[in-house]
Amino acid sequence: MGRKLQQQEQTSVKATQALRKAFDEMNGTGDGVRAPYNAVSEWLGTQKLEDLKQKLLEAETMFRRTGITFAVYGKEEAAERLIPFDIIPRIISGPEWRRLTAGIEQRVRALNAFMYDIYHRQEIIKAGKIPEELVVGNSAFVPEMMGVEPPLGIYSHIIGIDIVRTSENDFFVLEDNTRTPSGVSYMLENRETMMHMFPDLFARNRVAPVDDYPENLLKTLASVAPRGLEGEPTIALLTPGQYNSAYFEHSFLADQMGVELVEGHDLVVLDGSLQMKTTQGLRRIDVLYRRIDDDFLDPLVFRSDSVLGVPGLFDLYRAGRVTIVNAPGGGIADDKAIYSYIPEIIKFYTGRAPILQNVPTYNCRKPDDFKYVLEHLPELVVKEVHGSGGYGMLVGPTASKAEIEAFRAKLVANATNYIAQPTLALSTCPTLVDTGVAPRHLDLRPFVLFGDEVRLSAGGLTRVALQAGSLVVNSSQGGGTKDTWVLQD
Amino acid sequence: MLGRTANDLYWLARYVERAENMARLTEVGYRIVLLPRDGDGTHEEWRSTLSSAGCAQGYFSKFETLNTRDVINYLLFDFSNPSSVKSCLAAARRNGRAQRTSLTRDMWESLNAAWIEFSNINPANITAGELPRVLDWVRSRSALYRGALLNTILRNDTFFFSQLGTFLERADNTARILDVKYYVLLPQIEMVGGGVDAVQWGAILRSVSAHRSYRWVYKENYKPWRIAEYLILNQAMPRSLRSCYDEINIALSDLANLYGERSVCHETAAGTRNLLSSGNIDDIFQSGLHEFIEDFIIRNNRLGNDVAEVYHFNG
Repeated sequence: MGRKLQQQEQTSVKATQALRKAFDEMNGTGDGVRAPYNAVSEWLGTQKLEDLKQKLLEAETMFRRTGITFAVYGKEEAAERLIPFDIIPRIISGPEWRRLTAGIEQRVRALNAFMYDIYHRQEIIKAGKIPEELVVGNSAFVPEMMGVEPPLGIYSHIIGIDIVRTSENDFFVLEDNTRTPSGVSYMLENRETMMHMFPDLFARNRVAPVDDYPENLLKTLASVAPRGLEGEPTIALLTPGQYNSAYFEHSFLADQMGVELVEGHDLVVLDGSLQMKTTQGLRRIDVLYRRIDDDFLDPLVFRSDSVLGVPGLFDLYRAGRVTIVNAPGGGIADDKAIYSYIPEIIKFYTGRAPILQNVPTYNCRKPDDFKYVLEHLPELVVKEVHGSGGYGMLVGPTASKAEIEAFRAKLVANATNYIAQPTLALSTCPTLVDTGVAPRHLDLRPFVLFGDEVRLSAGGLTRVALQAGSLVVNSSQGGGTKDTWVLQD
Repeated sequence: MLGRTANDLYWLARYVERAENMARLTEVGYRIVLLPRDGDGTHEEWRSTLSSAGCAQGYFSKFETLNTRDVINYLLFDFSNPSSVKSCLAAARRNGRAQRTSLTRDMWESLNAAWIEFSNINPANITAGELPRVLDWVRSRSALYRGALLNTILRNDTFFFSQLGTFLERADNTARILDVKYYVLLPQIEMVGGGVDAVQWGAILRSVSAHRSYRWVYKENYKPWRIAEYLILNQAMPRSLRSCYDEINIALSDLANLYGERSVCHETAAGTRNLLSSGNIDDIFQSGLHEFIEDFIIRNNRLGNDVAEVYHFNG
């Protein structure tokens, strides 16, 4: 019955080819339902399409009421939009998750070791493993961080690693978000919503809980308090304010952790510490979980026109009087030009081969790579080195001839600004769409925490491209989300 | 708690209370306008409604004449009127969103739903017959929010600042109604006592939802000095100045206990409460009802300023 719901779609030839090749999370390569999905597939088979659509409407009403919205910049009329939610969960088996966990932990440790090295002795450059100009000439490199000693030597405490799957055993890391990754509130709220709407599904599956995340985050933040601090550290979350696209998440996390949600103008640097203006006067802050970009942290050091940050904050940080999480300068580790060196970085700092693979990447700054890219544009995904959110990228296989030629011109004008990767046949998962249940491509962003230990909640954010055949899952480009289950065995 | 948080919570409570008061004032004004009357005085009642709502100046800078449709629109739906129900609900939600971490889920959802539903109302579709339903809805939304607050919030500074906002706004509203209508409560040399006065007395009581409770308390027909006494001095009447100041003093004393410090605002509030708890209505009429009310409004505003200063509302 689940199959009966699957629709016949009018899609472009190319998209159909991509779909045919794609590995399906529920149905594999077409030889029966994969074990982790047995219960959900069976359940789906008993559902009527109208009922599922009704449930989807209910879910949207719940999201709208709780205010889980995000802002799309430059779209006035949609000032507060919902990220579309899909009610069919994405399921990861216990063994799959253990493998991902090992790979993620390895990566997080290596990336932080890399950052420590880059901002200290730069051994990896001296060893000739990575070109110097790619690091110190990189706009994501923050020279002011040289020689700074962050507590426990950690720079990126909160990392969202974007992982895609192309077959039963092939997982690739697309991107390591080491600056201020967002989306974890959707991981938590999607679960709340699913448990509220489909309690029977949870009774039939042993789904690992994700609600330990706020507590893990709090423990992580507390573990990196300034050295020599006596008593419990005071923690606060710094937001740009309620018009920021991720404001809901900021307030959600502050609320879940029971810490103050502060804005720049609530803070002042005084008497050698960071202070917040409370109803009882000034109170010290020890750990600042900031959700504003490096550039805006401190107008005295970075952008002087910033009103979102706090004058004097960076000096205080350098002196070890307050911990900024994530540390400034972490962007050097998720820079797309550095990305292709990550396997090398992992080997250099851990002495082991990467557990999770990178996607083969062509660096357009390298003449040979660039030549290849220009010759193979229709097959490649081309991204801006510093871009994010799915903006400014070319997806060759689904782009028109005119789009490809327009992009070629941009590429030639500024080659060093781009990298390219083969188009991966991202795995699909059955998803509720207008006409029924159909496969849609997706990725996975687990949120890993690194302080006195590595903490990883069993789940993550699954983003799904809602257009048939589309490979762009970003919410700013119309992608949706699914609840992500890790099964306990 | 951040000073900014206290400020937002205080004003959030004031806006919710104000939205409810706007709805009530509109309802009372509309009732009177509906009464059969001679001549073109029919719309005049709106003048005192607008004054009680503190919206007269704004209205007349936009419209030249009093017109039921324009007044209702201005009081309920006009974003250019900072006290319209729409402006109040938008501001309440904006403050609530800024302080989402301080609100419980129930509080936030009631606030968010109120705004979403209200902003979906098209004023052009509101017929005379539907107006009471819309006004009832506004009041029920305010009640829902207050209920969520009372039932779910921790009894800490979040609650205390919310209470301060609610009761300062409520006291201001009751005082303003008295300020605009005081003359119908004054003893008349010639006892007119006709239908018009009875209507006005009833309207005053209705505008604080007290037209029925009055009879339970006084067991007699409307008497203007009794009405004044009821709205100013009665301890049991939940919208009287006295009971508002009882609540304000409780909230301030809770804050003093929590923070371990009393300040100038505690003196201001205690002074005003003493005036109300020891006063009697004959003395008030003797020395001038209008003067008493004007003095109260000044005191109430001063308390608001003192609270903002003492608790660092502006950093």
